[in-house]
Amino acid sequence: MSTTITLTINGTERPVAVELGDSLLEVLRREGFTSVKHGCDTGDCGACAVLLDGDAVDSCMILAISTDGRAVTTVEGVETDGHLHPLQQAMIDTGAVQCGFCTPGTVMTGIDLLSRNTDPTQDDVKTALAGNLCRCTGYVKQVDAVLAAARQMKGGPDA
Amino acid sequence: MPDPVDPRRFAVVGHNEPKVDAYALVTGKPVFAGDASSDGALHIAFLASTHAHARITSIDTSRAEALDGVSLVLTHENTPATMYTTAGQGFPEPSPYDTRMFNPTVRFVGERVAAVAAETPEIARAATKLIDVAYETLPAVLSIDEALAPDAPIIHGEDEATGIHDAARNIVSVVDVDIGDVEAGIAGSAVAVDTTCETQYAQHVPIEPHVVRAYLDNDGRLVLLTSTQVPFHVRRIVARVLDLPVHRIRVIKPRVGGGFGVKQEILLEDVTGLVTLRTGRPAVAELSRPEEFVSSRTRHPMRVRVRLGATDDGTLRAVAMDVISNTGAYGSHGLTVMSNAGSKTLPLYNRAPDVRYRGRTVYTNLPVGGAYRGYGATQGYFALETAMDELAVKLDMDPVEVRRRNHIRVGETSPIFAAIGEGKPGVEQTVGSCELERCLDIGVEEIGWADKRGARRRDGPWVHGVGMSIHMQGSGIADVDMGAATIKMNDDGSFNLLIGATDLGTGSDTILGQIAAEVLGVPLAKIVVYSSDTDMTPFDVGAYASSTTYVSGNAVRRAAEQVRAQITAVASAMLEEDAGGISLRGEAAIGASGNRVTLEEIALRSLYGSDQEQIGATASFVGDESPPPFLASFAEVAVDTETGQVRVVDYVAVADCGVAINPHAAEGQVEGAIANGIGYALTEEMLISGHGRVRNPTLFDYKIPAAPDLPRIRAILVDSYEPTGPMGAKSVAEIGINAPIPTIANAIYDAVGVRLRNSPFTAERVLAALDAVASED
Repeated sequence: MSTTITLTINGTERPVAVELGDSLLEVLRREGFTSVKHGCDTGDCGACAVLLDGDAVDSCMILAISTDGRAVTTVEGVETDGHLHPLQQAMIDTGAVQCGFCTPGTVMTGIDLLSRNTDPTQDDVKTALAGNLCRCTGYVKQVDAVLAAARQMKGGPDA
Repeated sequence: MPDPVDPRRFAVVGHNEPKVDAYALVTGKPVFAGDASSDGALHIAFLASTHAHARITSIDTSRAEALDGVSLVLTHENTPATMYTTAGQGFPEPSPYDTRMFNPTVRFVGERVAAVAAETPEIARAATKLIDVAYETLPAVLSIDEALAPDAPIIHGEDEATGIHDAARNIVSVVDVDIGDVEAGIAGSAVAVDTTCETQYAQHVPIEPHVVRAYLDNDGRLVLLTSTQVPFHVRRIVARVLDLPVHRIRVIKPRVGGGFGVKQEILLEDVTGLVTLRTGRPAVAELSRPEEFVSSRTRHPMRVRVRLGATDDGTLRAVAMDVISNTGAYGSHGLTVMSNAGSKTLPLYNRAPDVRYRGRTVYTNLPVGGAYRGYGATQGYFALETAMDELAVKLDMDPVEVRRRNHIRVGETSPIFAAIGEGKPGVEQTVGSCELERCLDIGVEEIGWADKRGARRRDGPWVHGVGMSIHMQGSGIADVDMGAATIKMNDDGSFNLLIGATDLGTGSDTILGQIAAEVLGVPLAKIVVYSSDTDMTPFDVGAYASSTTYVSGNAVRRAAEQVRAQITAVASAMLEEDAGGISLRGEAAIGASGNRVTLEEIALRSLYGSDQEQIGATASFVGDESPPPFLASFAEVAVDTETGQVRVVDYVAVADCGVAINPHAAEGQVEGAIANGIGYALTEEMLISGHGRVRNPTLFDYKIPAAPDLPRIRAILVDSYEPTGPMGAKSVAEIGINAPIPTIANAIYDAVGVRLRNSPFTAERVLAALDAVASED
């Protein structure tokens, strides 16, 4: 039984057809936002993390129909005027991207952290990334990337 | 052999160039196989066996076929009976041909019994529940001991299977090597150690599960867009199974969301391709996370016994290793993973004149083993490096010193190199680069070995300890693995680099581009890298056996050198100077006189001017040897004596990988491999019920390390130069994963005096070991 909801995705409001049982993950991928990855369907891997009204959530655990009228941000929507978000750039510069499958979810979780904590410690970053599994990097360079982005966003020495 | 070159003189190699695919990945471009449009595609779902061992007596698909939206149901009754191996290895594969696309006898819980292709994934999954299967259950074999018991049920009694050593006894493969007389060597030794370690079922857990999209191109050829490590092996094996000529199949590997060996396996491409051939429609198959755990591939569990004999100054006299490997229901990589448990470990300690290796691979009715980063060496090193630690204790020597007295060095060899290969004898080789002593020096310093060893610092119930181990691996399979590269020059002085090599997230596209750029005197941006497309790129065996940097890298270097010679010849004519004095740098050819001509001018002349010719070359490389990288591994752990929980407080991994073509990428390989290994050491285990069912096939119940579970892993690369490597490089991808199990086990011993010989070292196991020691006292 299909119904139509209104979602604001990356700043653009649009009507979206959803089935009652659809997860937000399925709907976003169907709408073409394929940065949102399908890794487990159980809220464990974090590859589907997006911002829902500014907060990082696992989109596989959200019923799409419950998001009527809300705003979703995916990694396709975080560039500004053609410039990468500082965290995207830091992920490249620190060598934090290996296979890159977890990268969009990790970037969204990192952006969520940086919106709440402009000066995170290494432990803050690790705690924030606890729900974003990565099998390639051992998280070393991912943590470095979030810390570098924080410094850059504050106009620090790495700016 | 090239002259050693100071890596600091390189312009592109040795620099942290951003990965060539990084922009697409951080911006979430649709670069993975599952991101391709599935408009109009059929979706495939699988029905899995609920029995560990059973003969299918009937299978009725009529109710499934009648469901609205179902297009096709595949079972053993309407699919090819061709016997093959799913192992994506070179031809002929050294794994038995012991499976069909769908087997009429199922041999583990989770084996596919049928596939449904339908308009949506939901319909396909619903239809699998409408397939009626009648089974005649057979007695199941659920452990190594049951497999080897007299009168054990025979798992592969079918006549069609080939390449099995002794099917009647469930033995897939056997390797026996005797050098000298190991029994006499041990008997004549002042000190002897005898230890047996067992490893568990573990899964690779790529964050992207297996996914394939199949479609027909406009000429009716089958195209497979697949998350594979071995596109050329996929093409060859699928062609055979589907009875298609190789030239009617194109395999494209897009970006891959991690593989770690599990994508060196042909698991979905055959079925997806068959659905497309039968229906004419695109088809998509994607494993769910539980299917990835249960029905894809795992690390072969092993029981490894190591006996050592040594003089009282700690010099090894004899080393014996006995391995029993459990390959599960099918023999994928069964021989070669078992072989590597010896071939990648025993040469490390080449002082011992008497060496013995016994390997057996057995079938069980359990999930199927396969290639997994480390490939047997991981299992072998657990026992070997535990035994070396026990030897140090018996001798009352520093474990570091015992290693220093026995490890292989530059200019030395081991008879094991020639004795054990991969399905055929290995090759003799002499070690050309080994900085293990420096690795040990740095590791001792960084971990604080002198102060921490034996100190047993207490912090409430937590007791700290340090442990170490050393390792080697290889760089490709010598005399087997071939990689090829094509380079062609464009109008603007840029180049296309076409490689069969398979980047599964490691960064190989980038480092191979760096090698080409270095030779051609251009920045990496002027190398357009395209890889892993069987229609468009030359052959490469694919990404396994730590081969890409060394094997494919040498192919790229050769191709680039040939292109450089062609460019130099044109420049010689243009500059009217001797070609011998011309070098390429800064996107120009510069003569001995200092006169220069840009690569763009050379390209334009070659394409449009005089003596017109496409500047370009294809070159291949097969290693005469497989230079080992080396690693010294050190960990500090804390053991909670009340709960048995183990935490890794600090981890230092010092690697000799030759020249690191891209240090960030090389460090990342070590960091990721150590992280995976820490999970394997402490928490990762597929728990299997008494009926052979995997009880924890989710990421909630099978615990891989998350960021807070790990210390900041310190990967340190030492300066080294491998004379036979491209720009001095050798491999780095696998070696790290071998280290955490023995390193952590030895650290636990240092902290609390108990030996853990069964991985993983869960709190329950550690507490039981502590209790056992306490009750002895």
